[in-house]
Amino acid sequence: MLVPSELKKRGSIVFMVELLWPACLAGLMIAVVAGPLGSFIVWRRMAYFGDALAHSALLGAALGVLLHISINLTILLMCLGFAVCLVVLEQKKRLSIDTLLGILAHSALALGLVLISLSGVQSFNLHAFLFGDLLAIDKKTALMIVVYCLILVGILNRMWRPLLNVTVCEEIAFVEGYRVGLMKLILMALMAVAVALGMKIVGVLLITALLIIPAASARQISQTPEQMACFASMIGMTSVMIGLSFSYFADAPTGPSIVLAASLLFLLALLCKRQMS
Amino acid sequence: MVNSQKSVLVFLDAISLIKNGRIILQDVSLRLHSDEIMTLIGPNGAGKTSLVRTLLGLEFPSSGQVKKTSKLTIGYVPQQLRLDPMMPLTVRRFLELSVSSCYANEQLLKKQLSEVGLLSKWEVAVLDLSDGERQRVLLARALLRNPDLLVLDEPMQGVDLKGQAELYQLIGNIRETKGCAILLVSHDLHFVMAATDTVVCLNQHVCCSGCPEAIQQDPAYLELFGPQALQGLAWYHHDHSLEGSVKEKT
Repeated sequence: MLVPSELKKRGSIVFMVELLWPACLAGLMIAVVAGPLGSFIVWRRMAYFGDALAHSALLGAALGVLLHISINLTILLMCLGFAVCLVVLEQKKRLSIDTLLGILAHSALALGLVLISLSGVQSFNLHAFLFGDLLAIDKKTALMIVVYCLILVGILNRMWRPLLNVTVCEEIAFVEGYRVGLMKLILMALMAVAVALGMKIVGVLLITALLIIPAASARQISQTPEQMACFASMIGMTSVMIGLSFSYFADAPTGPSIVLAASLLFLLALLCKRQMS
Repeated sequence: MVNSQKSVLVFLDAISLIKNGRIILQDVSLRLHSDEIMTLIGPNGAGKTSLVRTLLGLEFPSSGQVKKTSKLTIGYVPQQLRLDPMMPLTVRRFLELSVSSCYANEQLLKKQLSEVGLLSKWEVAVLDLSDGERQRVLLARALLRNPDLLVLDEPMQGVDLKGQAELYQLIGNIRETKGCAILLVSHDLHFVMAATDTVVCLNQHVCCSGCPEAIQQDPAYLELFGPQALQGLAWYHHDHSLEGSVKEKT
């Protein structure tokens, strides 16, 4: 016979699985994509671009709310548009790119916030938007995220070699016949989609962290780029599981919990490296 | 001029390059023949790297034309490989990235690496290599393509004198073994490779060009580099004729 407290505990785990499996599945898929993409962001030193993309997403959401069309669609389009802008700006080396990015990204964020507040739409959950809300992810959204992530993984797998070559040395890649400009554009577009998707889970403020921290941890224990990408995916997935459970049991915000888990794993990876050397 | 009966691989026709209102290159014309070793020298800021980048297609000339023979395979060794410390990359993986379908062909990669004398670094991280070793790995990767033309942009940067002598010798041998033309950029005004057929001195425009003189038998230099210096290095005397007249030696 079970004592009531045990019954409650069991019940809560079943309940948790039922409640969270779409979110969990979506989170794990995002982590899979975030591994290789985050590695590219780390290698190319584009962390700031990730933030800028995330900020632009809020403007996308605001436009969706105002125009009464799908927020998912406007976010995706806004991120993609912003990504193309960034590629073009990056090529014009005369401009100071980080200053310009700061102006653009934060203007987009500010405009988004103002538009949302002016629109008077009460249903828009800004908190969920900034910090992510796994519980808001239903089966349909989860399925959409899984499909998008599978496409991203497919493209990354297919284009891995040229993308990596362009990242290791642009000049050599160009001379060897790779299309450098196109590859940069593809990479930026992939990032835009990943940011638009990942935002749903960890929020605008922390999506860059989910991309970068697992990759940085994986670097400590990898010898090749492929290893780093795979380890980053695995570390990201572990972070999602830990963060999600913690968030459920401690009633902590989901996005920050996941990022915190990733940070702890990073410390662990650092210690591992120390032990090895 | 040397190799007049040989085919022209690259013809730079009156190239000018202007960036942000600054003249980088002015009316530069060059012919690079098959099997020719050309050394491009000039002071800092003379536009050597810009000229090479224009030749490779990395820069577009403001006026003039770059004409290459069709299906010209170029192997390029940049000044240095600036690898981000966050990029884990072994020498092996770096070479594997080069040829499109060579995952299986480990033997070829190892053979190329041993030709530049670095077989022992097969599984070593590129970040752990010295500057000279990194240059040689870049050279190995460029050679993997079996290039018709090998372009080296200041390969001696950060390499000590002994390493320089070795590297020069290695490059000198490449023409024999691979039968490709070589374009070498050097910021040293006095020192060029012995195997050089043509020296071009650049200072925004072509100051002068011609074949280098024989090695100067300077005992101090022989002492510094050992007897191998005789095979690897030579002096080139030139004076800057600012009107840009081309001196040729026969």
